[in-house]
Amino acid sequence: MNPLGAVFWFISILGVPVSGVAPHAQVALQPFSTGARAADQQNPPVVIASKPFGESFLLAEMFAQLVESRGIPVERRPGLGATEIAFQALRAGAIDVYPEYTGTGLVAILGEDPAGSPGEVFRRVSMEFRGRWGIHWLPPLGFENTYAIAIRPGMADSLGLRTLSELATVSAGLTGGFSPDFIGREDGLPGLQTEYGIRPAEVRALLQSIKYQALALGEVDVIDGYSTDGLIARYNLTVLEDDRDFFPPYQAAALISRRLWETRPDAVKALIELSGTMDEAMMRDLNRRVEDDGEDVADVARAALAALDLVQAPAMRFLRGDESTELHFGTYMWARRSETLRLTLRHMLLVSISLFAAVLVAVPLGLILERAKIGAETVIRAIGVLQTIPSIALLAFMIPLLGIGVVPALVALFLYSLFPIVRNTFTGIRDADAAAVDSAKSLGMTQSQILRHVRLPLATPVIMAGIRTAGVITVGTATLAAFIGAGGLGDPIVAGLALSDIQMILAGAVPAALLSLVVDAMLASVEWRVTPRGVGER
Amino acid sequence: MRDFASMNQDEAGPALETRGVTLKYGSTQVLRDVSLEVGLKESVALVGESGAGKTTLLRMFNRMVVPDDGFVGVAGRDVTKLDSVRLRRSIGYIQQEGGLLPHWTVTRNVGLVPWLTRMENPSRLAQEALERVGLSPRAFGGRLPRELSGGERQRVAVARAIAARPGIILMDEPFGALDAITRATLTKNVGELFHEIGVSALMVTHDLHVAMAFADRVAVLREGKLEQIDTPEALCSAPATGYVADLLQSAGVEVQR
Repeated sequence: MNPLGAVFWFISILGVPVSGVAPHAQVALQPFSTGARAADQQNPPVVIASKPFGESFLLAEMFAQLVESRGIPVERRPGLGATEIAFQALRAGAIDVYPEYTGTGLVAILGEDPAGSPGEVFRRVSMEFRGRWGIHWLPPLGFENTYAIAIRPGMADSLGLRTLSELATVSAGLTGGFSPDFIGREDGLPGLQTEYGIRPAEVRALLQSIKYQALALGEVDVIDGYSTDGLIARYNLTVLEDDRDFFPPYQAAALISRRLWETRPDAVKALIELSGTMDEAMMRDLNRRVEDDGEDVADVARAALAALDLVQAPAMRFLRGDESTELHFGTYMWARRSETLRLTLRHMLLVSISLFAAVLVAVPLGLILERAKIGAETVIRAIGVLQTIPSIALLAFMIPLLGIGVVPALVALFLYSLFPIVRNTFTGIRDADAAAVDSAKSLGMTQSQILRHVRLPLATPVIMAGIRTAGVITVGTATLAAFIGAGGLGDPIVAGLALSDIQMILAGAVPAALLSLVVDAMLASVEWRVTPRGVGER
Repeated sequence: MRDFASMNQDEAGPALETRGVTLKYGSTQVLRDVSLEVGLKESVALVGESGAGKTTLLRMFNRMVVPDDGFVGVAGRDVTKLDSVRLRRSIGYIQQEGGLLPHWTVTRNVGLVPWLTRMENPSRLAQEALERVGLSPRAFGGRLPRELSGGERQRVAVARAIAARPGIILMDEPFGALDAITRATLTKNVGELFHEIGVSALMVTHDLHVAMAFADRVAVLREGKLEQIDTPEALCSAPATGYVADLLQSAGVEVQR
């Protein structure tokens, strides 16, 4: 079997259609997708996504259950990277719906100045999104979730701080802990600096779920929270008043893809039923139940829809409440064993396909570069630079080309695997036992005979070391694939981070760590098999 | 390569020959106008200090190094007119570390050139060559180089050089890494073997004792220049230059004046 044939065979046993991968990413995704089997071309599922934080998860789940209750199939893709990735995916038609905030649409997506009343901002984004991309904002859900700059109550009292203007007077002595998002965007820290003159001495980028603990522990003095956050109440924080109305209105609403708008009026109609039904108090309460009490997102969503009379009341459940948080970790893992197995298999699939493709490309490339000599270092360094591109940026960059899901994840993992393999192949071939190479040449072996019979076998341990490095790195990097909906063990990690659920994070992290050991052991046995006796340890 | 091997026997010209060979690496003059001949079935040793250009000169005969100027001939033919891969296959070669392929068995290593030149039954030729150097094919044939002692490895390297029955053998410090007793024994054995099978040989060594025990004639190289080439006896009785005399003296060889 020729190598290319082998690749196709390998891919085909994994159930990925080989033809038509490029033109329409959705088709290629189907065999991998969790919700929908046997894609019904006439009636494809509505793809409902969220961004990676608790409230977004919850709203997306409410959307999903609402649409399902009308007999429309739904595919869920919770936890997409961030605004960038979720919006690009919607624009590319890879997803149909996700919850977004009008202020974010205005500032982060349209790049306009944060200004205007809630009504003005909504009209502005509605018009622009429809005009530019055919994307529709449904009428707002009814609550705003604006940024809430929070400090410890003790500090608020001792310094007498109530407003952001007052914070500006003492900010030079403070340490800020903000989301990476907030640090970069115009309606975030840079805007606060120009509007209020707030310039903390030090700024640390912190994940949403870590910020509150960092503030409680005194690691940072001021954080950005959300006004509907359940955690602000839990940690008893003081929210400073935005006395100059700096933050734009952040009304929550469903963002609808062009495809859904044009082809599925039934789904759109169902989603509109949720418009105007919620308020801040309700959202804060729902968030608290998910993030603080550790209740299941689906249960909370169901209860909320029932309370709004949008779906039938859920069946009574006993032993509710702290059930999930109090579980022993072993019991918890046992309860989700089939889920863990499914995620692990998906993870293995992502790792093995991308690694296999990387080996097929990187080893020959290393050989060619070693022969070419000139320019080799430049090419290898360029591949090394790929390694330094943040994975989220790389993934976001690929969405317009490849959509979301498995395909862009495979491409990203493939790119990240190249460097160690190319580098080690190049070095291993170049530095193969000089005396053996010299005598082989002196006795009349041709260049290609030397490569095949001397350099390549002698370089095997070094090349395999590169492949093993790439394998272990890929198992780790593949957890980030969850940000673009490719699944795998990153799913519980992303969800756990969003919901502040340590057990859920561990439910992804522990199997991923074990998997990296397994992958390394498997590659070690491959190394043992392909290394000729007499070379290295063999 | 049968053609070169047999040619060596037939032609009248010297087995190895340089005329006016010159080579520079950057600003360093490695070889200066070196002219040297190795006759048919003759053994010549090239001696001199490190950096004198011995190895460089040796590697010109199998075209691993190309001179800036001058003529290099093998069996009376200009090496630049020959295909270098075929040339190399026709000449036996032994280097200091043996240069055995670490992942090949002794039999496969020894049968390398017969295999490259598609001779019939390389492993039988390998076994014959192993017997020639005093190693039992049954005991050693299946071993890997790392399972051999230093002396055994060099014997295998000698077997590999003679397996395809070449007319010419080049050796670069072949016994340099061995202890004194093994070195003396091997030098004697290999010298006898080469006379027995009738090959022309050129050996690079820094050890005058090895050179005198092995070679019919000894060539002294100093800073890329040939000082003297003569029989061991003539070298001792009439050193051509003060340098040769000093070299002999410092090696403890008695100079008869």
